[in-house]
Amino acid sequence: MHSEHRAGIPLTLAAIGGLLFLHIPLMLIILYAFTTEEKSFQFPPPGYTTRWLSVAWYERPDIWQPLYLSFKVALIATAIALVFGTLAAAGLSRAKFFGKESISLLFILPIALPGIITGIALRSAFDIMGLPFSTWTIVLGHATFCIVVVYNNAVARFRRISGSMVEASMDLGADGFQTFRHVILPQIGSALLAGGMLAFALSFDEVIVTTFTAGTGVASKTLPIWMLDELIRPRQRPVTNVVAIFVMAVTFIPIVCAYYLTKDGEHTGGAGK
Amino acid sequence: MTAAVARPGSDFFFRRPGLLTLIFLLPPLLWIGIVYLGSLFALLLQSFYSLDEFSGLVLHEFTLSTYGHLLEYSNFAILLRTVLMAAAVTIASAILAFPIAYYAARYARGWSKALFYLAVMMPLWSSYLVKVYAWKLILAKEGIVTWVANQLYLGWLLDAVLALPTVGGPSLSISYIGTFIVFVYIWLPYMILPTQAALERVPKTLIEASADLGATPGQTFRTVILPLALPGIVAGSIFTFSLTLGDYIIPQIIGNSRPFIGSTVYALQGTAGDIPLAAAFTVVPIVIMGIYLVVARRMGAFDAL
Repeated sequence: MHSEHRAGIPLTLAAIGGLLFLHIPLMLIILYAFTTEEKSFQFPPPGYTTRWLSVAWYERPDIWQPLYLSFKVALIATAIALVFGTLAAAGLSRAKFFGKESISLLFILPIALPGIITGIALRSAFDIMGLPFSTWTIVLGHATFCIVVVYNNAVARFRRISGSMVEASMDLGADGFQTFRHVILPQIGSALLAGGMLAFALSFDEVIVTTFTAGTGVASKTLPIWMLDELIRPRQRPVTNVVAIFVMAVTFIPIVCAYYLTKDGEHTGGAGK
Repeated sequence: MTAAVARPGSDFFFRRPGLLTLIFLLPPLLWIGIVYLGSLFALLLQSFYSLDEFSGLVLHEFTLSTYGHLLEYSNFAILLRTVLMAAAVTIASAILAFPIAYYAARYARGWSKALFYLAVMMPLWSSYLVKVYAWKLILAKEGIVTWVANQLYLGWLLDAVLALPTVGGPSLSISYIGTFIVFVYIWLPYMILPTQAALERVPKTLIEASADLGATPGQTFRTVILPLALPGIVAGSIFTFSLTLGDYIIPQIIGNSRPFIGSTVYALQGTAGDIPLAAAFTVVPIVIMGIYLVVARRMGAFDAL
């Protein structure tokens, strides 16, 4: 019986090894932000410096516009996703009707199919409609998969709201609006917040769909596209690392928040991104 | 029912849940239906057109010749290469993910549970490009892998691996092995989370019952735990397989620059302007994932999501 609560050594080693495999690369990103070598990825770095932080801040104005655009797109896409994702979850969690299975399949399709399909499909649709590329074409693409993230988070929570509580509320004289505000919203609020934050992180980081739905000009460069350019045509490699650390921080904070918002109960916040 | 008088109609919907469901579902359905399915449909339509080889213009006439081009040797090699890579990546992820998921689900408690969860979520939600970039650092010829191999006097082993036909190359960052490692690294969390979720749902009582009935731990694992975890693994494989099929950034940055489906589609729709062939290439992953999803649903993978 006691052995049930303690893992064997091979299992522990495999688990820890797996986690190290996941994390060592991220640590190296941080290390390389402080290397003095800017032309190659020499290991160990020949020397250490903090000058890239100030270079990124003062001498690289090309970073600011993509940063602003990424924040803007992520905020709008998340807002759209919160509305549509919640509606979808509310509709599907309560009802039983013919075709429900197919509709729930439809809602996970944008993340189940590779991003490149979403990308090229949207792009050819924009071409056919003669829609010029703009911030809004980027938002359109991002919102489509962000809806799925919010839906996934919300639907799990909706399933746990028991119908009898809603009925009790109505029996006790509350009307539909009161029931929503006092019974349903408090129960789904944290799941929505978590879903919204995950959607934000996902949009902030998206590159594949964006390469198809953004134009080619400087004004339509999101931060990930900027980074992709730096990967293909590198200059001042450590500056890319500095930006990478910043991006990691921006996405890390919402994840930790989302975790604490959804940790009560069995559901894990971002499962099935 | 006094409230109903105060705000007439507010419980109208409570009495008619079907109507409420319709009102809830309509906006998101329209969004996904028009923006996503509409675009997808427009794309599929174009795969039945063809490109005039002389003028370079798209002929808007129904033809299957574009699909015929997929079977040409060079194009078929691209499809085969991508599917094999996706399968290899999926199997490797499942093997690597299981111990982590199992440990997290069965043995981690309290703070170590939170730590495990965040340790998986962190890389999952870290910037995709940052992660690819990290491997460019690691796999570069002057990078850390070469350094560690030399420190351990294993430089000869690394050279031997790189000398392998097909999968090797001048350095890890310019070989199939490199592409494979990066794919596994990037999609691994997608496999861990559903596997862990499925393992969490295995009731303790079932495992105890199995032990009480005389099964060895190995038998319990094979006949009780593994079958119950399978839907989770299948759910994870949806992501690892699909994401590998469609990715075009990773092979472009780390690999021997042989084309995968994604990079081919990107090149065809961009510089080559051959939208019909690009669309036909896109249909392949859609068909594969369509079959995959149907099978996965049969195996209960959607409940494990």
